[in-house]
Amino acid sequence: MPIRLFALICLLFGAASATWAAIDTFEFETEVQRQRYLSFVDEMRCPNCQSQNLAGSDSPIANDLRREVYTMIMDGQSDREIVDHMVARYGDYILYRPRLSPVTVVLWFGPPALLIIGIVILILMVYKRRGRRASAADVGSWNEDADLAPQDQERLAALLERRRNNDSGGDK
Amino acid sequence: MKQRLALFVPLGVFLLLSVLFFRGLFLDPNAMPSELVGREAPSFDLPDLLAPEQRVTEAVLKGEVTLLNVWATWCPPCRVEHPYLVDLAESGIPIVGVNYKDDTDAARDWLRDLGDPYIRTVIDASGRLGIDLGLTGAPETYLVDANGIIHYRHIGIVDDEVWEQTLKPLYESLQ
Repeated sequence: MPIRLFALICLLFGAASATWAAIDTFEFETEVQRQRYLSFVDEMRCPNCQSQNLAGSDSPIANDLRREVYTMIMDGQSDREIVDHMVARYGDYILYRPRLSPVTVVLWFGPPALLIIGIVILILMVYKRRGRRASAADVGSWNEDADLAPQDQERLAALLERRRNNDSGGDK
Repeated sequence: MKQRLALFVPLGVFLLLSVLFFRGLFLDPNAMPSELVGREAPSFDLPDLLAPEQRVTEAVLKGEVTLLNVWATWCPPCRVEHPYLVDLAESGIPIVGVNYKDDTDAARDWLRDLGDPYIRTVIDASGRLGIDLGLTGAPETYLVDANGIIHYRHIGIVDDEVWEQTLKPLYESLQ
């Protein structure tokens, strides 16, 4: 019984997701045309319903724009011409994948730049820490520890000197 | 000392991001500037709603500052907007209507029953003019100057507030 119920639920959800996608009855001459159409309606944004693409929207304008893309493809227009045609009317807004322009440089290169900066900082920190540990292990090179201010360095040297004198004094 | 200062870098970054996100709180995510502002209104050659044997072209927009209003009977906000357009038309503002993807008989009934604020109404049955205008939906209103250049696009209902605060000052500055 639970299995049947589960199957029923799966079936219902399957049916629902199939009806969510807008169904068009466009016919294409070649598979390439079909693929181009699908990629356009997938990557263009519906101007009316903000967070849906053309493929997923039922609004009248999305319907019109799908037909527009279809007609332009069948007219033999290039991808570039189709994108320019749409951008001339709806602006960069209609593209889910924004074009590279002075305004979108940060958008395109910001994240990789931040990632590289992060990696560089991480590497620097690791190297610095490793260097410090190495010098700490080597008691002879105390004075080379660059982390101490000069006056601290002097104090340290004086303390060490006194200790050494005391030690040797105690031996006598 | 230098190292101490470095400790403040995360705080600085945090404050910077706070300012950015705080600003973002007051931005309108639905704002969508029209690409056509500053450009000439698209050309068209469409039948007149009330006299379908006559063709109307973009020339109807030239000669004086005009509002171009896109409407349809299937659009409830258009019904809300309609009485205000009638008021505007009575006060002498020329409005050109675009009956967008509509049932033309229903549209004629609408103008007969609710009043006709338009100097001309064109039938955009295919939505072609809508696409050329960069339309996002109905109602939408464009402010076109005497040379046919679009100066402003308003998405949604034109009411007293929109007219007085946004459209009217622009309309008067273009005279």
